[in-house]
Amino acid sequence: MPLILETKSLCKSFDGVIAADNINVAIEQSELIGVIGANGAGKTTFVNMITGYLKPSNGKIIYNGEDITGFPPRVITRKGISRSFQIPQLFEELTVLDNMIVAQTIKNKIFVDPLLPFKNMRKVEIAKDVLKKFNLLRYLDEIVTKLPQGIKKLLDIAMAVVGEPKLLLLDEPTSGVAIEEKFELMDIVMSGIKDTGAAILFIEHDMDIIEKYSEKVLAFYDGRIIAQGYTSDVLNNEQVKKFVIGFEIGKEEIN
Amino acid sequence: MDKKTHMILLCCLLLILIGNFIFPKWLTFLFNISLAKAFIVLGLVILMRVGLVSFGQGLYYCIGGYVAGICQKFFGINDFFMILLIGIFISLIVSFLLGLLLCNYRDIFFAMFTLAFSMILYGIIVKTETLGSTDGFNVKLPTYFTISSSFATGKFLILLITILIAYFVIIYIRKFFNSELGYISLSTKENEIRVEYLGISPKIVIFINYSLAAILATVGGALTAFVSGHVDPDMAYWTTSGEFVFVALLGGTMHVIAPFIASILFEFIHMYAYDISPNTWQIILGSILLLIIIFLPRGLWSIGEIFRKKEVKDASNS
Repeated sequence: MPLILETKSLCKSFDGVIAADNINVAIEQSELIGVIGANGAGKTTFVNMITGYLKPSNGKIIYNGEDITGFPPRVITRKGISRSFQIPQLFEELTVLDNMIVAQTIKNKIFVDPLLPFKNMRKVEIAKDVLKKFNLLRYLDEIVTKLPQGIKKLLDIAMAVVGEPKLLLLDEPTSGVAIEEKFELMDIVMSGIKDTGAAILFIEHDMDIIEKYSEKVLAFYDGRIIAQGYTSDVLNNEQVKKFVIGFEIGKEEIN
Repeated sequence: MDKKTHMILLCCLLLILIGNFIFPKWLTFLFNISLAKAFIVLGLVILMRVGLVSFGQGLYYCIGGYVAGICQKFFGINDFFMILLIGIFISLIVSFLLGLLLCNYRDIFFAMFTLAFSMILYGIIVKTETLGSTDGFNVKLPTYFTISSSFATGKFLILLITILIAYFVIIYIRKFFNSELGYISLSTKENEIRVEYLGISPKIVIFINYSLAAILATVGGALTAFVSGHVDPDMAYWTTSGEFVFVALLGGTMHVIAPFIASILFEFIHMYAYDISPNTWQIILGSILLLIIIFLPRGLWSIGEIFRKKEVKDASNS
């Protein structure tokens, strides 16, 4: 499979504090990669650098053979990298349908029309198709602010999918969702995005979910990648067991 | 805009126009000045929909007024449309330059920056004797494609022109509110991060809205100058801008017609408050603003919304 994204010696420091150090990753087309690591390990910093929210202190990000280091998020989105957020970033006072149509409207447009009607039959049908894939059709006319967290998470991902990305980054898609609902939510997410053909990179703390859904894993610890490769290999890695899985189990036990 | 609203709008505007021949002169003047000032308020509403409040729309209001006066006084240009085009052109240049800076700021910083720029213009005009300093100067009624008119006909024509512009502005801005850009503007108010991550710059969205608001304020300023026959630096003073914010809050941001209704109502409140209590009329205005904020935080237009919701509730109960 050809490479879609490559990072070379990616570093990020904040006033001397190193958040990401020498990150070298290669992602192939249509891969499904889980990202694990304790809080503060550098996972979200890594995603934020790829999507342009943070400018790397050092290193390069190569997407489809093009150096996109330091590009702003909107440019990176237009190139085909979309993301969802740990805390869903939605238009809370608009309806679910309007949220989807906003995403559709912006897609493929640098300048949005000041006179062209926001809604039309075609846009509504496309939005409904995507919402159906994510089991959100029944919430079509609901105001987003009234929706439960799990539904907001799904909508957040559905909006990211609208742009037909080639690489989709999901930041903790199951966080804030009850344990018994996590697998159901992930099943919906995976069925919703499987047709896109996009490479998917998702941050997750639940090892059962990582085991079930990811083909490969990147394990972060203290701003570095301590292991990467096939899921079973990474999860059986001694360092990962000691610094990541042990920590996660410990955290779950405390909780 | 649905047909019913369209018909009501047309009837109201026609009533004001016909009223010119029935109503006393002061009432026609009041309607005309209210409609002219409503353009500035509508510009504010556009900015509010993108999440910003400007305390400096007086800047463009003043530009509109003074361009009209300067064109007549110094360049002998008296054609209404030419003056309006020059005013819009100048305000576009100013809004382009200021917009580049202002689109980087939000909340109180945006409000204070806009206020600062309007006060700079105020200071410049006050110190410019050729522009009449604090007294300002008089502005004549314009001609229309070289057609001049008597004073009475001129007053009627400026009312007619104001109504026509109001009609087309309402139709266009209504379309704008329901357009792609209109909804992206609302979305920018809700969540700039998401707008950026969907692939468009929130700064550009704000910039366009700011320029549109500037054009409307300039049109309002020019119309006010012709209707009142006078311009002075107070047009750029911060209390004038504050007055427009008051009217915007009074009407709310829910409908494009709300600023026009609020503007007319404000002029009446202002007039009667001044009549009742010439030295302390601000107390009456302040009290009304307080009541609006407490009981109708989304403005007068939300009264209709409350009744509609009540009707739906009653219907579902029965």
